Amino acid sequence: MEAYVALENGMVLPGQMFGAPLPAGGEVVFHTGMTGYQEILTDPSYAGQVVVFTASHIGNYGIHRQDHESARIHPAAVIVRDFCRRTFHRQSESGLDQVLRQAGVPALADVDTRALTVAIRDGGTCRGYIGTGDPQELVRKAQALPPIHEVDWVSRVTTPRVRAHTREPDGDAPYAVAVLDCGVKKSILDRLVDEGCRVTLFPAGTPAADILATLPEGVFLSNGPGDPARYPNLVSTVRELLDAEVPLFGICLGHQLLARALGAETIKLPFGHHGANHPVQRLATGRVEITSQNHNYAVPADSLPSHLAEVTHRSLNDDSVEGLEVIGQAAYSVQFHPEAAPGPSDSLYLFQRFVQDMETFRQNVSPYRKLKKHAASG
Amino acid sequence: MPRRADLHTILVLGSGPIVIGQASEFDYSGTQAVKALKQEGYRVVLVNSNPATIMTDQDQADVTYIEPLTVEMLERIILAEKPDAVLPTVGGQTGLNLAVELAETGVLDRYGVELIGATVESVQLAEDRQRFKDTMTSIGLETPCSFLVSSLDQAEQALEAITFPMILRASFTLGGAGSGIARNRGEFLTMLREGLAASPVGTVLVEESVLGWKEFELEVIRDRVGNGIVVCSIENFDAMGVHTGDSITVAPAQTLTDRQYQKLRDQALQVLDAVGVVTGGSNVQFALDPDSDRVTVIEMNPRVSRSSALASKATGYPIAKIAALLAVGYTLPELPNEITGCSSACFEPSIDYTVVKVPRWSFEKFPGTPDSLGTSMQSVGEVMAMGRTFREALQKAMRSLELGFDGWESMASGRSLAQLKKDLANPNQNRLTDLHEAFRRGLMPEQLHRLTGIDPWFLDNLARLMEIEGRLRGFTLSELPDELLREAKREGFSDRRIARLLPWAPEPAHDFSPRQVLDRRTVLVHAARQASNLHPIFRRVDTCAAEFASETPYLFSTWETGPCESRPTDRSKIMVLGGGPNRIGQGIEFDTCCCHAVQAIRQAGLEAILVNCNPETVSTDYDLSDRLYFEPLRFEEVMHIVATEQPRGVIVTLGGQTPLNLARQLDQAGVPLLGTGVEAIDRAEDRDRCGELLGQLGIASPRHGSAHSLDQALVTAAHIGYPVMVRPSYVLGGRAMRVVYEPDELRLYFEEAVKVSGEHPVLIDQFLEDAVEFDVDAVCDGREVLIGGIMQHIEEAGIHSGDSFAVLPPYKCTAEQIDLMRRHTTRIARALKVIGLLNIQFALHEGTLHVLEINPRASRTVPFLEKATGQDLACIATRCMLGFSLAEQGVVEALPSGHTFVKGPVFPFRRFPRTDHLLGPEMKSTGEVMGIGRNFGEAFARAHLAAGQALPAAGTVFLSVNDRDKDELLPIARELSDLGYHLLATGGTARFLEGQGVPAAVVAKVGEGSPHIGQAIRDGEVQMVINTPLGKQSRYDESAIRREARALDIPCITTLSGGRAAVDGIKAMREGMAGVVSLQELRARG
Repeated sequence: MEAYVALENGMVLPGQMFGAPLPAGGEVVFHTGMTGYQEILTDPSYAGQVVVFTASHIGNYGIHRQDHESARIHPAAVIVRDFCRRTFHRQSESGLDQVLRQAGVPALADVDTRALTVAIRDGGTCRGYIGTGDPQELVRKAQALPPIHEVDWVSRVTTPRVRAHTREPDGDAPYAVAVLDCGVKKSILDRLVDEGCRVTLFPAGTPAADILATLPEGVFLSNGPGDPARYPNLVSTVRELLDAEVPLFGICLGHQLLARALGAETIKLPFGHHGANHPVQRLATGRVEITSQNHNYAVPADSLPSHLAEVTHRSLNDDSVEGLEVIGQAAYSVQFHPEAAPGPSDSLYLFQRFVQDMETFRQNVSPYRKLKKHAASG
Repeated sequence: MPRRADLHTILVLGSGPIVIGQASEFDYSGTQAVKALKQEGYRVVLVNSNPATIMTDQDQADVTYIEPLTVEMLERIILAEKPDAVLPTVGGQTGLNLAVELAETGVLDRYGVELIGATVESVQLAEDRQRFKDTMTSIGLETPCSFLVSSLDQAEQALEAITFPMILRASFTLGGAGSGIARNRGEFLTMLREGLAASPVGTVLVEESVLGWKEFELEVIRDRVGNGIVVCSIENFDAMGVHTGDSITVAPAQTLTDRQYQKLRDQALQVLDAVGVVTGGSNVQFALDPDSDRVTVIEMNPRVSRSSALASKATGYPIAKIAALLAVGYTLPELPNEITGCSSACFEPSIDYTVVKVPRWSFEKFPGTPDSLGTSMQSVGEVMAMGRTFREALQKAMRSLELGFDGWESMASGRSLAQLKKDLANPNQNRLTDLHEAFRRGLMPEQLHRLTGIDPWFLDNLARLMEIEGRLRGFTLSELPDELLREAKREGFSDRRIARLLPWAPEPAHDFSPRQVLDRRTVLVHAARQASNLHPIFRRVDTCAAEFASETPYLFSTWETGPCESRPTDRSKIMVLGGGPNRIGQGIEFDTCCCHAVQAIRQAGLEAILVNCNPETVSTDYDLSDRLYFEPLRFEEVMHIVATEQPRGVIVTLGGQTPLNLARQLDQAGVPLLGTGVEAIDRAEDRDRCGELLGQLGIASPRHGSAHSLDQALVTAAHIGYPVMVRPSYVLGGRAMRVVYEPDELRLYFEEAVKVSGEHPVLIDQFLEDAVEFDVDAVCDGREVLIGGIMQHIEEAGIHSGDSFAVLPPYKCTAEQIDLMRRHTTRIARALKVIGLLNIQFALHEGTLHVLEINPRASRTVPFLEKATGQDLACIATRCMLGFSLAEQGVVEALPSGHTFVKGPVFPFRRFPRTDHLLGPEMKSTGEVMGIGRNFGEAFARAHLAAGQALPAAGTVFLSVNDRDKDELLPIARELSDLGYHLLATGGTARFLEGQGVPAAVVAKVGEGSPHIGQAIRDGEVQMVINTPLGKQSRYDESAIRREARALDIPCITTLSGGRAAVDGIKAMREGMAGVVSLQELRARG
C-alpha cells in the first residue's frame, strides 16, 4: 500500500506500508545499528517515537522470543529502506511484519531513509506522521502531535505493580536489587541476575521510602522514554535514595534523573545518539568502550555540581557526558547502555562494579543499620 | 601519547609480485602506510620487488629499493639505511614471513632493529594450525574438532568424536593428494587407508566438516593499550568450503541476529588478545552452524589483508593507515576519523548501503584445471559494487565484471535440470548465472538452499529480482508502467538489461546485427526513462550512515529521489576511467598509470575525477582524487557521472582495454575524450587498417590473413607460409593463440580457435620464428615524440610479451636497429596523431624489423619503465592530453643510468597443478618483478631471485631440448659444464652432448624406468631445468618435469634464449652481486 512519511517541516517521502495498516506519528529518530532491530522495537525507551533504521535491510532474521526487551513493541511507527518479507533464520519464531501487525504498529518500507536521516541530522529531531492519503494533511497531523516533553511516557511503560523479575539468580545470598522501573529493558535485569542479584521492579511512582522499606542492597535507576525534566517526582525519589546512601546505579534516563537529583540540568541534543557504535572514553583508564546508545537528552558537564559529582565517561564523538559518579558515595550512572542488546558488550564491568559495591555495603554494618533505621522511620 | 619519538627511520616491507592471493590490495595498504608514516615525519625506507606498484614511486617513500624480498637483500638494506624499526604488516604474508626470518636469523638483533606492528610470536602462533587451535581452546573458543591419525586403530577415536561428513587431509602431500570428504564409515576407511599410504609421514588429519556452514569475517583493529574495534563484518554468500578469496561476499553481515553478531565480535577481540596482536589490523574468520548456532574460529591473519582492503573500501575506514599509525605508538582515541573530519577513529563504522564483492577467475588460461572452487584460492581479481540494497549492489557487481553481463542474468545453457543441480551443488565460477538459470527454470529458494548451502535470505533476494524480471517481460516499452520502470531501476536493472527483457515487435528485415538492435533498444529504454525523469543520484561513503556530515568525496550511484550528494564544483575537471577488475593481462600496471594521471591532473590545477570498481587498487583510495566514483565501468554508469560532473575531458587510454572499449560509444555520445582520437585507436587496433598504415609508411609487418573455415585457413596458411600464428579475433591477452608448424596441426587446432572466435574469423599471421622481440613505449604530444624506453625480450617472439623476461636497455642489438625502432615509433606516432602514450611491439627477424602490434594507449610496461628511467611517462602523457606539449613540459629522453633492468614474470602455476607450465602466445603470468644490476647477468639473476626462482650457484642442471635446438644448446651446456655444474639429460640429448665432448649423465624419462627425471627433481637432485618443447608425443613427460620443478621453485627455463640469459646470470652471481641501490640513489648518480 502506497503511503507517506510526513515531517512537521513539510518534508514528505513515499513508501510502502507494512505491519499494521494504520496511521501513526511521533518524534522521529534514526538508529544507525546494523543489527538488533528486534531489541530496539521492544525497548520501552522508544515509546511514542518513530524509529528510522539506517541499515538498508531490516527483518532479515525474523523475531526471536529470547531477544525481546519487553513484551511489547514500543515505537509508534517504523521506517525502513528494505524489508524482508519472509523469514528464514532457523531459530526465528515469527516475522517482523507479523509482529508489527499484531502490535498494531505501522511501518513504512522502500523509504529513502538516508534522505530522512540527513534531514533529521541537519534539522534536528522533529515530529513525523505516517499514513496514506493527502501528504499535506499528514504534515498537518505531524505538526499537531504533542511534543514529546509534554507526555508522561514513563507512566505508560513502567510496571503497574511491584513484581519480581521472572529469573532468579544461581547461588546463595543474592543481592537484593530494587529497580526503579521507568521502562527497563529485560537484558538489564538479566545482566543483574547474571551477576547474582535478586531483582524486584517498582513502579516509577513508588515513594523512595517504600522502596527502602524492602531493604534493598542496591537500587537500579532504569532507562526509559521521554524528557527527564518532565519527571520532577522521579528526581525527588532519586534524591531521597541518594540520601539513604544505598548503592545506586543508573542507566540512560536513570543517569539523567541522578544528575538532576544532584542539581544538574539536562538538555535536548539536536538529534540524539541512537546506535551501536558510539565510542565512550572511561576517563579513569583512558580506555574506550564501543557502546550502545539511545538518548535524546544529555547532562551538560558544567551544570554538574563539581563538589557533588564528577564525570567518569565522555563521548569521543561530541565530548558529551556519558557517565558520572557521586563523590564519596557508591552512586553512579551512565548515559549509554552497558547491557548492550543490541550492541557491543564492552562495558559489562559496570554491572560487576555495582555488585562489588553492594557487597561492600553488605559488609559495612553501619550504613546497613542506617538503612534499617531509615526503613523503620519510613 | 603521541607518536614514538625514539624511532626515526622505518623500513616498510612490500608484498612483492602480484600472485593469486596476494595482489594489488597490498600496494593500496602499503602506500597508505608509507604516506601516513611520512606525514608523521619519519624517514621511510621501502623495499618491494614489484615495480608496477604506486608504493615504489620515487616520491612515496624517502628511500625506495626495488630488490628481491630475501633476508640477504634486506640485511644489506638494513646495513645501508640503519632503520630503527621494520613494519611488516602491510606486506601480506610475504611481509610477515620475512619478519620472522629476519628475527630467526638474528638480523634484527644484530642491527638493533625493532619489529613494529607485530611480534614474531603472534605471527608464528597464527600460522601454526595446532598451536592456534590449542590457543583457541585455552580461551574457551571452538575450532573444528580434529585428530591426527597414524593408524587404523587410532581412527576409532576420531570416529567417536566427529560426526559425518568429515574431512581427511593426508599430511605433507602436494596439491591435496590423499584428501577428501568422507560421508560414511566405508568411505572413511577407504580414504584413510589411501591417505596414510599417500602421506610421506604416514599421518592423516581427520577433521570435523564445517562445509555448508555460514562463513563470516570480521576486520578488527586494536591499539597498544587494548582498545579494540570491529571495522566491518563480511558475510560470505557462499557457504564454507569455498576459499573466502573465491567467495562472493557481502558487507555488512546480513543474516545474523544481534546476539549472534555480538558473539562473533566478542570472540574476534578475544582472538586478537590471545594471539598477542599488540597493535594493528587483523582479520578473523568464523564458521557458524545455522542449525545449532555453534561458532568455530577458522583462522586469523595478524596483518592487513585482502579482506581488510575490501573492508576499507566498503566502509571508508582506512585500516592500513590507522594500523601504521598505531604501530608507531598512537592509540585509537588519539586519531580522528578523517572521513567525517569531526568524529573519532575509535569507533565502528555503520553503513546504510550494501556492498557486494564478486571474484573473477581465469580458468580458461589453465587448461586441464577443473572449474571448481575449493579451499585453495584461484581467482585473479575481483569487483566490488555498492547499492542501497543487496539486490542493487549485486546487479552492479555483475555489470562491473566485464564478462558481458548487463546485470544478474544467464544464457540458456541447454543443460539438463539434473546437470544444473549438480553444477549448483559443486561451487564453480558460474554460480551466480547458474542460480539465475535455476530460478528461471522454476527451482525454489528452499531447494536451492539445500543444493548450495547459500543462506535463504540471499536466495530470497534473488527471487525478488527474478520476480521483477518476470513482470518486465510482460510489457512492451510503450506499455511499461512508470512505477515498474522506476522499481526496476531501483533494483539495479540497467537500461540494457531492461531492453533485453522487454518484448519487442519483430525487427523488419535489414542489415543490423543483433548487437546493433540491442544498442538501439537500449537507447529507447534510456529515452523512456528520461521522459519519466528517472535518473540516479550519488551517495557518499561516510562510515557513519549519515549521522555526521562528510566532506570526503567518495561516491556511488543509487536510484533514489533524495538529495544527490556528489556536490560537483564548478572548477575545470578531468575524468579518468580506471581498469576494472584485475585479470591476467590487465592488472596493477594500468591502475598505476591511472593514479599517475590523477596526480598530474591535480598538479596542473585541475580537478581529477576517478571512476573504477576494483577494491584492490590504489586508484580507489578516496585520498587520491578530488572525487571518487565507485561504479561499474559501463556506458550507462559513466554517462551518469559525466552528466553530473560535466568534465572538460575524459581519459580512456590509461586503464587498459576496459575504458578503451567504451571510447567509441562515449565519443558518439559527445563526451570530450582527451588524447589520441577514437579514429586513430581504431586504425591501430584494426589489423587490416593497421597493415595499410604500415604499408604506407614502408614498415614491415608479418603477413596475415583470416579464415572462416578450415579449407580457407589451409589456403591462407599456405599462402603466408608456415609456421603461422593462429588466434581467434576479438579476444584479449592472447586467449587461445597458438603457433602452428604444419597443416596437420592446423587441422587439429582450427576447431578450438573457431569455438572461441564464434562468428568472427580466425586470424592467421606469419609467425616470425626465432625473432627477437622489443617493446617500445613512447609519449607523443601530437607532433613530437618522447621515447620512454626500448626493452628487449629475452624469450623469442611467440611467448606472450607479458610472460617474457625483458631487459632495458636492449642487450643484444645494434645501435642502427635501435635507431630504426625510434624512427619507426616516431613516424607511426605522428601518422596516428597520438596524444598520450603509445606502445609498439617490434620483432627483429632475419635482419628485418617488423611491427607486430601498435597500441595507442598505456601498456603493461609503462610502470616498469618509469621505475627504470625515473621518468613519469603516464604523468607526461597526461599533461600532453591536457594540452601541454613535450617542449612546454621541458621533458627530454632519460639518459642511460648505467644500470640494467630486467623485468621478470611471475606465474600462478602452483595453483593450477594440472595445467602445463609451458609458455606460449597466451599470457599466463599474474605479476612481475624487477631486477637491477650493473650488467645484464646480474639484473637477470636478481629478477630470478625476486621471482622466487633463484638461479643455483652450483649443482646439477637437467637439459632436454628438441632437435632444432640442439646446436644452440651446445654452447650453453659447455659453459655450464665449465662453470662446474653437473649436467643431466635424457638419452638423445645426453648422447649429442657426449658426442660434442660435453659430459652429461643419462636419466630415464618419466615412465621409462626408475629413477626417472621426475623423481630426480622431487628428490632434490636437480637445481635447474632447461627444457624446450619436444613436440606432442612427449608432452606428458615434459609437463610432469615442469610441474615437479615449479613445485620446488627450481628455475625451469623453456627457451634457449632464457638458457643463455641464465648462464649470464649465473656468471654474474659467481662474480659477486653488487650491493643494493635505491631508486633515489640511481637518479642522483644518473
